[in-house]
Amino acid sequence: MPSSTEAMVVYEDVSKFFPMRAQSGRKHRPELMVALDRVNATIRKGEFITLLGPSGCGKTTLLRLSAGLLAVDEGRITIAGTPVSQPRKDACTVFQDFGLLPWRTVLANVEFPLEIDGIFRAERRETARHFIDLVGLTAFAEHYPHELSGGMQQRVGIARALTRRPLLIFMDEPFGALDAQTREQLQEDFLRIWTQSGATVIFVTHSIDEALLLSDRVFVLATGPGRMRAIVESPLARERLDGDIRKHPEFATCRADLRQMLRSDGA
Amino acid sequence: MSSTGTTEPRKSVPAPKPNFAARMRQVAFSPNVIRTIAVATFFAIWEFYGRRMDPIFMAPPSAIFDAALQLIQSGALRKALIESLWPFAAGMTLTVILGIAIGVAIAQWRLVEYICDPFINALYAIPRIALVPLIILWVGLEFTGKVAILVSVAVFPIIVNTYAGIRDVRGSMLEIGRAYGATDAQIFFKIILPAAIPFIMAGVRLSVGLAIIGIIVAEFFTAISGLGGMIVEYANVFATAKLFVPIIVIALVGVVLTEIVMWAERRLSRWRTLERERL
Repeated sequence: MPSSTEAMVVYEDVSKFFPMRAQSGRKHRPELMVALDRVNATIRKGEFITLLGPSGCGKTTLLRLSAGLLAVDEGRITIAGTPVSQPRKDACTVFQDFGLLPWRTVLANVEFPLEIDGIFRAERRETARHFIDLVGLTAFAEHYPHELSGGMQQRVGIARALTRRPLLIFMDEPFGALDAQTREQLQEDFLRIWTQSGATVIFVTHSIDEALLLSDRVFVLATGPGRMRAIVESPLARERLDGDIRKHPEFATCRADLRQMLRSDGA
Repeated sequence: MSSTGTTEPRKSVPAPKPNFAARMRQVAFSPNVIRTIAVATFFAIWEFYGRRMDPIFMAPPSAIFDAALQLIQSGALRKALIESLWPFAAGMTLTVILGIAIGVAIAQWRLVEYICDPFINALYAIPRIALVPLIILWVGLEFTGKVAILVSVAVFPIIVNTYAGIRDVRGSMLEIGRAYGATDAQIFFKIILPAAIPFIMAGVRLSVGLAIIGIIVAEFFTAISGLGGMIVEYANVFATAKLFVPIIVIALVGVVLTEIVMWAERRLSRWRTLERERL
């Protein structure tokens, strides 16, 4: 396994507040809703982490804070030793709705981050083609997003995130919009790509199976207020690449434990 | 397995051949055949009755054709066409640049929007034709006057559509740029502007139609040059056959220009139409 003891992402008492809907009566000072309350965790270099929890637990908020798309209100997040204040170029995001630019071909979409970096056309073409090959879309490089299936569009999203050879990949329920077969195929393919890339991955999901299948550790979040409930080591992490881990004896136990944990959340 | 294994699954089957009568019906009722017949009938009726009417009020197509040949040979038509098209080209260029610039400015900066809003709304409410005498008073009758009138008439759809197009860009699309560390300028040129292009092109198409009206109205007032001037001149002397020539030329120019813009619009907005068809 590529994970080492070196810390990649550190959360120190991270809190995030959102303004509440307007309340009647002006006597009270307006209050802020606590979306995330004092989250502490350390993610090691090369780890695959899933953020698991019911909707409203702040898992996406935590991801967006880590990506620098939202500002932390209390505490701090450091990536490779530096506090996060804005999106970092070595940390790339894969979006739930794929987030492709519809007027660009697959190739031009995958090139996008390198274009932002001001890399010359020939070089970024070559890099983009390499990653398009890697996600298995070689024949579709000149196609437009609307000509592709959802699964293929997300492959483009993954290729785009890889072009910068990032230290860190953020994934916000990337396979949530796909049908079951496509999702399984993409999970499998992404695991293979991830093992080769050595990147650290933070992956939001609400599927227990997906969390157990993909990650080294599962961060279980709870609602009301959003907070870290437990950090669970996946017993299957080392075997996930060979064969069907759903048949693994520990899979069922672990799954039941997680389900129990999510359920006792008072929801 | 329940398949028999002896027959291959069929990927396609031959379509039945239409019979002769059905094919003839298809040709006879094709839109272009019907259109051609309708137009030919229209001209035949016009020619027939046109010959019987007082030439002061009406001219048959044959007389108009003769008048057109005459105007082409004398060079009068060519001269008028250039006098109209040159300010048209200049005015249209200015309209597109100005329209997009204003649209972008009010869509991107709230301050600019709040400052410009009342003026744009007021100008939009006034029929711009009402401003024509004033514009002539300020900038004169010739080239500058025509350009100014054209811009005042044609610029609004581009402003409005550019604004709407930019405001329509979804937050999730801007987030792609932010997440990948794009600068504000990169987000504007690589995401906002391309996303707004289909709207802007629709504005340009509307604007071209208004610009043709603008230039002709300007020439009516000045009545000395261009195709509009030609119309007024021949109407004043009851040269009805000649009067039809600039009208037909304007119609042709209008059709050609609209086709060009629509072609460009289709090319630039292809992704959007295809994306929508998918949904």
